[in-house]
Amino acid sequence: MIVTNLETIPGKTIVRHFGLVQGNTIRAKHIGRDIMAGLKNIFGGELAGYTELLSESRQEATDRMIAQAESIGANAVLNVRYSTSSVAQGAAELYAYGTAVVVE
Amino acid sequence: MNIDLIVFIALMALGYGFGQFAERRHYRSILQREADTLKVPAMTLKTLPPQLHGCSVALVSGNVVISVDFFKRFLSSLRNLVGGRVKSYESLLDRARREAVLRMKEAAIAQGAKVIANVRIETASISKYSRGKESVGSIEVLAYGTAIMPGRPQV
Repeated sequence: MIVTNLETIPGKTIVRHFGLVQGNTIRAKHIGRDIMAGLKNIFGGELAGYTELLSESRQEATDRMIAQAESIGANAVLNVRYSTSSVAQGAAELYAYGTAVVVE
Repeated sequence: MNIDLIVFIALMALGYGFGQFAERRHYRSILQREADTLKVPAMTLKTLPPQLHGCSVALVSGNVVISVDFFKRFLSSLRNLVGGRVKSYESLLDRARREAVLRMKEAAIAQGAKVIANVRIETASISKYSRGKESVGSIEVLAYGTAIMPGRPQV
């Protein structure tokens, strides 16, 4: 599975087009991390717990998108975009979407 | 009342001391790593030069969540009264974006990339409710792009 945010894969041609595939996940942060974050809000600096949480969640959203692409028989996902939105206090939605295609 | 004032001054002092120290250290590390990763350009172009056609590609990303310190948050709330440039947040966002791009570049270098194409940078604020009103607690920056790896056939 080729995953890229280019619109074409250089040197390959798209032979079939499946349309949009997407994956999302909504995560809430847990209280321990929240306490650490409260401290960091005084001292400033990186919130390593949140960074890790968000990158794990984004990976999960990407994996779901890839699973969907595989299930419809694509071998590549092009023009992948990420978006983040906060749905409730303390929870964030991570969303990944792209176009599933067959390339040769 | 007096206790509140003492706590407030202590938080300001802690925020100023640790915040300035952390920021200076972070900028040093950013400058060093930017110099180290200069050989892998991150471009926002979508089309590649023909000599890079047929290379293997992969999505790479880097993210960072970073928070402003108490002192700077107070300064920015003062700035809200008169308007104008909020320098304390400018440096926060600058650091976060450069850090995210650097992490993306380091992930790409680890995979043997020579170029990163179509880089996109996205910012989300992780807001925090304090005393009933919303205030920016910290921001997340995500940088992602396509790593181009020559000399390796695509699987």
